[in-house]
Amino acid sequence: MTEDQVKQIVIDIITEIAPDEDATGLKAEVNLRDQMDLDSMDFLDIVMELRKQHGIEVPEEDYPKLASLASCAEYLTPKFNAK
Amino acid sequence: MHQSRIVITGVGLTSPNGNTLEEYRKNLLDGVARIQMIDMRYIGQVPAGVCDFDPKKYQKRKELRVGTRAGSIAIYSAREAIADSGIDFENYDKSRIGVYVGTTEHGNVETENEVYNISKFDYDTRYWTHHHNPRTVANNPAGEITINMGITGPHYTIGAACAAGNAGLIQALQMLRLGEVDFALAGGVSESIQSFGIFAGFKSQGALGSHPTDVNKTSRPFDKSRNGIVVAEGGCIYTLERLKDAQARGAKILGEIVGYRINSDASDYVLPNPERQAECMRQALAVAGMEASDVDIVNTHATSTPMGDIQEMKAIAEVFDDCPTTYINNTKGYIGHCMGAAGALELAGNLPSFQDSIIHPTINVEELDPECALPNLVINEPLKVDAVKVILNNSFGMLGINSALILKKFED
Repeated sequence: MTEDQVKQIVIDIITEIAPDEDATGLKAEVNLRDQMDLDSMDFLDIVMELRKQHGIEVPEEDYPKLASLASCAEYLTPKFNAK
Repeated sequence: MHQSRIVITGVGLTSPNGNTLEEYRKNLLDGVARIQMIDMRYIGQVPAGVCDFDPKKYQKRKELRVGTRAGSIAIYSAREAIADSGIDFENYDKSRIGVYVGTTEHGNVETENEVYNISKFDYDTRYWTHHHNPRTVANNPAGEITINMGITGPHYTIGAACAAGNAGLIQALQMLRLGEVDFALAGGVSESIQSFGIFAGFKSQGALGSHPTDVNKTSRPFDKSRNGIVVAEGGCIYTLERLKDAQARGAKILGEIVGYRINSDASDYVLPNPERQAECMRQALAVAGMEASDVDIVNTHATSTPMGDIQEMKAIAEVFDDCPTTYINNTKGYIGHCMGAAGALELAGNLPSFQDSIIHPTINVEELDPECALPNLVINEPLKVDAVKVILNNSFGMLGINSALILKKFED
């Protein structure tokens, strides 16, 4: 799986959990919270959906690695590829 | 102790047969019931009262995803009530507004959904949502109103089984009289049709209604063939104010709460107690300083169960035994039993009679049960009278909670 594919997975999840937000044109390097109205509960939703939909575990100490699309891709791609 | 006069200045509601008071009232006068079969998890098809208001009118999609159905119903009803009240909400001091929402139960729906959810993951609780606790805390429906509307005064729910709608209004009246708040949003809500446990519980109790041919006749209080409750969702929130505040802003006044009482049977978990119900009505009349004969409409709680309807009629017969101009009606034939919303919604259905002097009937009575046959029961056809000035609204619930609220047409 490529980093771009992982980014798309994260975008799909965000579209589901924040349906009022426009997830097109998100800048990969900029923090998601600076581009969208996301709160801490939403990040817990992202963690839950990664677990439910893809069997990916994100331990609490790694939550900061979900800050931007780029950091998500960098952190999650090896996890997807290790499945 | 000086008691401020408390008036109703706005109403917002959603019921299975109407999303505004106007639509709801029209259907009550036209005899339009709206019950449908729904597919209930683990049970199959059951009759239910379902509301079709547009939740996106006042909530973002994310709020709908995170919140509860009860919260959504509460928000819709509260926003509609505010609009109806004509208050300048934007500029009103939000810290002086109280939110008091009656609920029969809360949290069953959300808990059942989560148990079902983790059943798909071999009951691994890592899949249990972090939204569970905010969704299931008992104050949820009232709290969702405050978040949605930016209200910073007190909020909580009043758990009072199916007497909760009246209890919400009574709580608001008391808080206004105590000066704790200057403006109140109060009433009741129900999301119970999403809980299989509620249906299954009534079924096991032998109290879940059915009809062989017509779903809209399932809820049929006082009919000889009645066989149980139709569970319904719904909400009804009123704006309440002290009379002097309402008059100072030139508000339209829909009615004045002049009497109320909540008491307890102290006898059974489920079975009603006509002696205590009668006592409750008499005590509410005493608070209002009225005689039974002053009442024009008694809105019955009767839920279409074989025993409950008879017991309530016994109580009413005792209190209103010599009251030729006191009429009796019921709303559950149209919409089923809206649980926590029932008392508030049923009161709303009768409110317009202060203006039009028409009493909507109880419907679906094909053969009147002789044990429920009080002479002034309005059956199947609306009744036009000279005037309606006083409504007594009964709402009773499990564990033997009884409530009676007396509303009077406003006269300065």
